[in-house]
Amino acid sequence: MNQLGEQIRRQLPYQRRNAASLALLIFAMVLTLSAFAEVGLARDGQIPAGLFGYGGGLVVLALAAYFVQAKFAPYADPLLLPLAVALNGLGLAMIYRLDLDTQPNRRAAAAAGQQVLKDAADAPSQLMWTFVGIALFVAAVLIMRDTNRTDAPLSFTPKTAQRYTYMIGLGAIILLLLPIVPGVGAEINGARVWINVAGFSVQPGEFAKLMLVVFFAGYLVNKRQAMSLIGKKIGPLSLPRARDLGPIMVIWLFCLGVLFMQKDLGTALLYFGLFVSMLYIATQRVSWVLIGVGLLAVGVFIATLLPFMGHVNQRIDIWQNPKPYFDGGCLLENGKVEPVNPDTDIYKQYDEELERKAAEYERAGDTGKAEQTRLIGPGWYACSKLGGEYSDSAQLMKGLFALGEGGVLGTGLGQGEPWRTPLSFSDFIFDSLGEELGLTGLMVVLLIYALIVQRGMKTGVAARDPFLKLFAGGVSFVLALQVFVIVGGVTRLIPLTGLTTPFLSQGGSSLMANWILIAILVRMSHDARKPAPQAIQDEGMTQIVSTR
Amino acid sequence: MSEFTLTLIKLAFLAVLWLFVIAAVGVIRADLFGSKAAARAAQPPQRAARPSRPPRAQRSNVPTKLVVVQGERAGTVIDLTGAPISIGRANDSTLVVTDDYASGRHARLYAQDGQWIVEDLGSTNGTYLGRTRVSRPMPVPPGVPIRIGKTVIELRK
Repeated sequence: MNQLGEQIRRQLPYQRRNAASLALLIFAMVLTLSAFAEVGLARDGQIPAGLFGYGGGLVVLALAAYFVQAKFAPYADPLLLPLAVALNGLGLAMIYRLDLDTQPNRRAAAAAGQQVLKDAADAPSQLMWTFVGIALFVAAVLIMRDTNRTDAPLSFTPKTAQRYTYMIGLGAIILLLLPIVPGVGAEINGARVWINVAGFSVQPGEFAKLMLVVFFAGYLVNKRQAMSLIGKKIGPLSLPRARDLGPIMVIWLFCLGVLFMQKDLGTALLYFGLFVSMLYIATQRVSWVLIGVGLLAVGVFIATLLPFMGHVNQRIDIWQNPKPYFDGGCLLENGKVEPVNPDTDIYKQYDEELERKAAEYERAGDTGKAEQTRLIGPGWYACSKLGGEYSDSAQLMKGLFALGEGGVLGTGLGQGEPWRTPLSFSDFIFDSLGEELGLTGLMVVLLIYALIVQRGMKTGVAARDPFLKLFAGGVSFVLALQVFVIVGGVTRLIPLTGLTTPFLSQGGSSLMANWILIAILVRMSHDARKPAPQAIQDEGMTQIVSTR
Repeated sequence: MSEFTLTLIKLAFLAVLWLFVIAAVGVIRADLFGSKAAARAAQPPQRAARPSRPPRAQRSNVPTKLVVVQGERAGTVIDLTGAPISIGRANDSTLVVTDDYASGRHARLYAQDGQWIVEDLGSTNGTYLGRTRVSRPMPVPPGVPIRIGKTVIELRK
C-alpha cells in the first residue's frame, strides 16, 4: 500500500521544484543584466556602470528571496518568484534607460534656474523601492511560514485572515477614503489617490485592493451556498433571490460612488470586476456574471448622461477620436471639438492676451500674480472662454506613435525615443517597452503576466480550503484585470485611466503591494502543493483519497 | 557600435526574452503531461474518461441512483441526473432529512468528470464517507455508505 502511495505521489506534479525555480530565477537575472548591457552598448558602446549597481543589487535581492522561499515554503510554485523578478528587472532597466535620457535635461534646467519637473524617471528610487518590495516579500514569507503548531508566535497564514474578514474590509474602505480626507490626502497629476506619510506619497488604493480580496473571499465563503443553490430557474439561467442581490448592489453603488467622486472609470471597473469574478468563482453561476455586466453597463450609461460627469464623456470621446485633442482640444456644449493646440489662431490670440496681462501685473509690481498668470495654459484659458471643457490627448497619441515606431521588432533598448511621451516611466511604460522591444517583446511581457495569473488560478484550483480558493482566485484575477485596464488604456482598446502596470511602473506603493501579493500566492501554493499528511489508519481507500 | 552589431544585439535580447518564457512554460509542462520520470513510474497510462460521454466499459461503473439505506426515509430512491443533490433539514433540499443530528444545509453531492463528489457544507455533526469524516470534497465510489446524522445513503449502479 505504501508503494502505491509513493507511485501516486511521484505521478503528481506536486513536488519540490526548487531547482527549476532557481534555474529560472538565474535566467530572469540574465535577462535583466542583458537589458542593462544592451542599453549601455547602444548608447555608449560599452557595458554601463549601472549594470553593476542596479543589476547587481537586483541579483542579490532576488537570491535572498529565493533562499527564504526554498527554506520556508519549499513546495511553493516554482514560477511565481522568477516571473515577478523578470518583470521587475525589465521595468528597472527601462526606468534606468529613461533616467539616462532625461537626467541631462533636468540638470540643465536646474542649472538655468528653471522649474524642474518633479515627476520624472528616477532609477535610484525605483531600485530602493524594489529593495523594499523584495524585503516585504521575504518578511511576508517568514511571517506566514509553515509551522505545525497553530499557536506559534507571529504565525499568520493567509487562512488566518478569514478570522478578521470584516476588520479587513473596514480597513480597505478607510484606506480608499483616506485620499479624500483634507490634510492627509494629496493630489498629484490631477488624481486624488495619494496620501502623505512621513514625507512619502503613498497610494493606499494598491493595498486596499488586496484587503478587498480578503474581505470578498471571507464574505462569499459564508454566503456562497445560498447564492449558488437557491433561486428560480428560467431557461438555462437560474436567477438568484432578490435578497441575495443585496451585496452586489452595495458594491455596485460603491463603485458608482468611486466613479462620481474620483471620476475614475478604471478603478471602478477594477473593484466591480473583482467582486463579480469572485462571485462567479464562489457560485459557478453564469447568471451572476450577466447581472454584473448588465449593472456595469447601466452604471456607465448613467454616468454619460449626467451633465456634471462631462469628464467621463470626454474620456470616452478622446478614446474614440483622439486627434482633435492633440496638444489641447476643447469639447463644446454641442458635442463638437475645437482644437486649441499651439498652432491654432485662437491659442496664439489668448497666449498674447495672457502675456499682456502678466506684463501689466509686473508693471503694477505684483510679481506673484504675474507668475500665476504665466503658469496658466493658453489652451485651457481659450477653452474656458469658449465655454467648453479642455483636455489633452497628446500623451495617449504619443504613446501610440511610440508603439508604431517600435513595430514588430522594436528599435532596440536604448535606441528609441520613448521619453517623448509624458509619464513614459509610469502609466505609459508599456508603450515605452513597445517602442524599444516591439510587438515581439510586448508579447513576452503579456505572457509573463498571463503565466503569473495562470499560476495563481492553478493555486486556487489546487487549494483545499474554500476561503483560500477564493483568495487565490481573487488576487490572480485582480492582477489580470489591472493589466487589462492599463494596457487596454494605453493601447486605446478602452478609455484610458491611470492605473499602475504591476511590477513595471515606477512607484513604491505598487511594487510593495504586488510583492506582498506574490508572497501570499507563494505561501498558498506551498499549502496546496505539499503532500497531504499521512493518514493514521492504513486503509487503501482513504489513503488514495487523501493524497489527491 | 555599428548598426549591424546593434541589430544583432537587439535580436539576441528578444531571443533571450522568448527563451525565458519558453523555459517557464517548460517548467509547468509537467502539470499538463506529467514529467518523464513520473510517466515511467506510473502504470500503463489510462485515458481519463470524458465527462460528457464516457466509454461503454466505464459507463457501467457510473452510479445511476441514490438510495437511502438507514434512517427515517430509508428506502427512498433518487435517480441521478447529473444535477447536484443537496441534503439537509432545509425544505428546499433535494433530500430533506428530518433528523435532529442533521444541519439545515448539511451536505451536497455533485457530479464532476463522471464522478460523484460529496461535500460537507459546514454541518455541525459532520458527514462521513465510509469511516472518514468528509472535510473537503471527496469522490464517492458506488456502494460506500455516506452517513449524515442518523441517515445513511449510498450510490448504486
